[in-house]
Amino acid sequence: MSAARWRRAMNTGAARTSHLPATKGRANVRLVGLPPHPVVVPGDSRGRRTLALLVTPRYLVVLIALLVYPLIASPFFTYQIGAQSLGLGLIALSLTFLGGYGGMVSLAQMTVAGIAGYLVAIFGTSSAAAISLGWAWPVAVLFAVAIATLAATAIGWLSVRTEGIYTIMITLAIGVAFFYLAQQNYTLFNGFQGFNKVFAPSIGGLDFREAVPFYYLALGCALAGYFLVRLLVRAPFGLALQGIRDNPRRMNSLGFAVTAHRVAAYAVAGLMAAIGGVLMVWYNNRISPGTLNTGAMINILIIAVLGGMRHPIGAFLGAIVFVLLQNFAIDLVDRERFNLVIGGVFLAIVLFSPDGLLGLWALVRARLGRGRPLHSNPRRQRS
Amino acid sequence: MLGILVLLAIAAASVWAIVDNAKLYFTTLLNALTLASLYFLVASGFTLVFGLMRNVNLAHGSLYLFGAYIGWMVGDRSGSWVLAVLAGFLSAAIVGLVLQLLVFRHMQGQDLRQTLVTIGVSIVLADVMLWIWGAEIYTFDPPGWIYGSTALPLVQKFPTYRIAVFVMAVAIGLALWWFLARTRVGMMIRAGVDDRGMLAASGVDVQKVFALTFAIGAGLAGLAGVVGGSALSISPGEDTRYLLASLVVVIVGGMGSVGGAAIGALLIGLAEQFGLAYAPTYSVVFTFVIMVLALAFKPRGLMGRAA
Repeated sequence: MSAARWRRAMNTGAARTSHLPATKGRANVRLVGLPPHPVVVPGDSRGRRTLALLVTPRYLVVLIALLVYPLIASPFFTYQIGAQSLGLGLIALSLTFLGGYGGMVSLAQMTVAGIAGYLVAIFGTSSAAAISLGWAWPVAVLFAVAIATLAATAIGWLSVRTEGIYTIMITLAIGVAFFYLAQQNYTLFNGFQGFNKVFAPSIGGLDFREAVPFYYLALGCALAGYFLVRLLVRAPFGLALQGIRDNPRRMNSLGFAVTAHRVAAYAVAGLMAAIGGVLMVWYNNRISPGTLNTGAMINILIIAVLGGMRHPIGAFLGAIVFVLLQNFAIDLVDRERFNLVIGGVFLAIVLFSPDGLLGLWALVRARLGRGRPLHSNPRRQRS
Repeated sequence: MLGILVLLAIAAASVWAIVDNAKLYFTTLLNALTLASLYFLVASGFTLVFGLMRNVNLAHGSLYLFGAYIGWMVGDRSGSWVLAVLAGFLSAAIVGLVLQLLVFRHMQGQDLRQTLVTIGVSIVLADVMLWIWGAEIYTFDPPGWIYGSTALPLVQKFPTYRIAVFVMAVAIGLALWWFLARTRVGMMIRAGVDDRGMLAASGVDVQKVFALTFAIGAGLAGLAGVVGGSALSISPGEDTRYLLASLVVVIVGGMGSVGGAAIGALLIGLAEQFGLAYAPTYSVVFTFVIMVLALAFKPRGLMGRAA
C-alpha cells in the first residue's frame, strides 16, 4: 500500500462522511461556504434529513439487538462481555474522534478515563476511608467528569503545540508520568493499592451493581457518545476540525482558529473518555495505577485501530473483539500469553488492513461485488 | 530573564541543600550523573534514528531489554562482562536491522503506521521475552576493577561502577560525535538528516545508510541494556521505563540532535534523582514539569530545529 493511500485511509475517509468531493484541495475551499449540513436532498426538511441519516433500518436492527441482548444472554455475557465492551468502546471512541476526525492520535485517553475514575473514588466512597470524601454520587460523578474534562483540555493544550508523531510521544509521556504519580503518591491516590469497593449507585429500586441495569447504563452512555460524534462531525465545528486535519495551514489562512479547534476536540474527547472512565471504575469496583499503565493506554489504541478509525462504530467493534479475545484467548493459548495474541492480532491488522475490521469488511464487500472499495463509493460512506 | 530567575532559584536551593547536608547533596548529584549517562545512551540511539529517517521506533525500549537479556546470557556463559556488553550491542543491532529491513523500509513516510507497527512489535517482543526469561530479576557482575567503591572527596564512598558508567557515556558520546562529524559515513548520515532526497541524488545508497544508522541506534539501546542492567538490574517492565525516559529526553532535548539528547538526559537525570532524594512522592512531577516547560517555550526541544 502506498503512502498516499494509507494517509487517505487513515485520514480523509472520515472527511467524506460529509459528502464532500474527494479531491483534497477543492474540498477544503468549498467546505467553508457550506451550510452546517451539507447533504443536499431536495424537498426534505433539515431535521428529517438528519434523522433519516442517523436512523436507517440497519440502525433499528442493531439497536433492537442491543436492547434485547441482556434478556437472552447470561449475566456473564451481559456484564463481562457486553458492558465492558461498551465502556471500553466509549473510551476508544474518544480516541477515534480525536484521531480519525482531528488527526491527533492521543495515547492519554485512558489517562483521562483513569483521572475520572480516581476522582469518583476520591470524592465518593471507597475502602480508603481516610482519603475518600464520601460525597453523594451525583455530585462526585459531576465533579469527576468535569475535572477530568478540564485535565483532558490541559493535555490537549499542551500537545497541540506539536504535530503528528510528536503528539503520540508527548501524550504517551504524559500518560506514563501520571501513572507513576498515581503509583508513588499515597496522600491522594493511595499509591500502589489504589481504591477498592467503589460501587455503582442504586437509584430507587434499580441497583446498577447488577448486570442488566449496568448494561443498560453503559449502553445509554455509549449510544449518547456515538450519536454525539456522528452529529458533531457534521456540525460546523466537526467540519472545520476535519479541514484542519487535512490542511492546517490553509484553514489558518482562511481565518479558522486552528489551535482552539484542536483544544476543543480534546475537550470533547475528554468528556467521552471521562464518562467511560466512570463506567469502568463502576464496572471493576476498583481503581489502581494498573488501570492506567502503559499497557492499558496502548490497549485503547489497539481497540480503536482494530475496529477502524474511519467510523465511530469501529471503536465498539474493536472493543467487542478485544474483550472476546481477552476472555476466550485463554482457552486457545496459555493464560500468560494473552499479550502475544493481542499484539499479534494488532500487528496483523496494522500491517495488512490499515482501516481495521471496517476496512476488511469493505474489502470483503468489494470482493463479493456488492459495493466498490472504500475509497470510491459515496454510498458506503454514508453508512 | 525567566531563565536567570530559575537558575537563581536553583542555585539558592543548592546552597541551602549543601549547607544542610553536603553528603546527601553530592551523592545525589553523582547518582543523577549516572542516571543521566544511562538515559543518554538509550536516547542517543532513539534520536539518531528519528533524526535521519523520521522513524519513531517505539520498540526502542524492547531493544534495550533484549540486549540486556542476551548480554546477561553471554556474560553468564563466558564470565566476561566485556563480551556481554558486546553481545548486547550486536544482538540489539541485529534485531534493529531486521526491523528496518522488514518493516520500516516498506513504510517510508508513513509516520502513524510505523508508530503503530512498532507498538505492536514492542507488545509482542515484551511477551516473548517474558516467556523466555520469565519474570525474574537478573543482575550482572561487572569485572573486579570497576567493582567495589572509590573514595571521593565530599562523598566518602561511591560505587566505582557508577563512575565507570559516567565515563563510558562521555566516551560513547564523544565517539558518536567524532563518528558523525569526522567520518565519511557520519557525513552521509548528517547529510541525510538535512536533506534525504539530495543525498540520494548525489549517488549515495541511502538505504544502506539508513540500515547502518538503524543498526547503530538499536545497538546503542542494547549496549545501554547491559550497562544499565549492571548498574541497576533487568526485569520485565524496564522496556517501558526506558522508552519513556528516551521519549522525555528527546522531547526536552530536541529530536534528532545527539547534543540535545545529552542535555535532555542531564536535565531529566538531575530532576529525577534530586526529586527522589528531596521529595520522594513527587519526583515524577519534576520530570513532567521540565517537559511541560520545554514544550511551552521551545516546542521543538532545546536543541531542536524546524523539521
